[in-house]
Amino acid sequence: MLQSIPLEYYLIISATIFIIGALGVITRRNAIIIFMSIELMLNSVNLTLVAFSTFLGDASGQIFVFFVMSVAAAEAAVGLAIVLALFRAKKTIYVDEVNILKW
Amino acid sequence: MTINVIVFGILAILAVASALVTILSKHPIRSAMGLVFHFFMLAGLYLSLSAQFIAALQVLVYAGAIMVLVVFVIMLLNLSDEESLKYKINPRQVMGVALGTALLVMLGAIYATNMSSGSYDAGIAQEIGTADNLGKELYTNYILPVEAIGLLLTAAIVGAMVLAKRKLS
Repeated sequence: MLQSIPLEYYLIISATIFIIGALGVITRRNAIIIFMSIELMLNSVNLTLVAFSTFLGDASGQIFVFFVMSVAAAEAAVGLAIVLALFRAKKTIYVDEVNILKW
Repeated sequence: MTINVIVFGILAILAVASALVTILSKHPIRSAMGLVFHFFMLAGLYLSLSAQFIAALQVLVYAGAIMVLVVFVIMLLNLSDEESLKYKINPRQVMGVALGTALLVMLGAIYATNMSSGSYDAGIAQEIGTADNLGKELYTNYILPVEAIGLLLTAAIVGAMVLAKRKLS
């Protein structure tokens, strides 16, 4: 008989990964690494949704994960296009050197 | 200690470690490789929750499509190692981050004491996670969100092409 893993463990891992992602967004200056940290945070939330879906016996959580993944894909396409446009205009992707929205 | 507890422990440790590699390495390509590894470990965790369809999607969409895009952009930009920040980090910010982390650790401890969730019905969980069941749900109860997502993806593709083509003046 396999012993099942308690829900709390999944939640704690998910919180840890979310914090790591948030720290990445705060401390890095490379726009692509910030983008990857955002993906980390999205994925930790997905893990929470799947864990609750399994433990509650309800499919809605996994459907939400499907939608989060679609939105993340759209975000990846647009975000990386913005990074490309930014690099073309400013020759840098370090976010602390960019101030086009400041006046 | 049964086999699935050991597998879960390995997956969890590797997932957190590769997440740390992602945010700590200097070169973006190393970050990207850490993130690909992280996505595979997360797919393993989804499998341990018997969410097979989501695990497959994780590998296909994240580790496949999104990370290829990221690596392609890194290659296009020909980036080098990131220099450290030019301004000094405010000690108050460091304290804020440390306190926030401590708060989340405490939240985790509270979860661990108060939520006696116990175990779940493995049979029901396996039925939920199949592509069959999720596909039926998507095309019956969630048909409107699916259409909206289709519209969003189309808009995103057009937007990405316009943004990447035009010169910013």
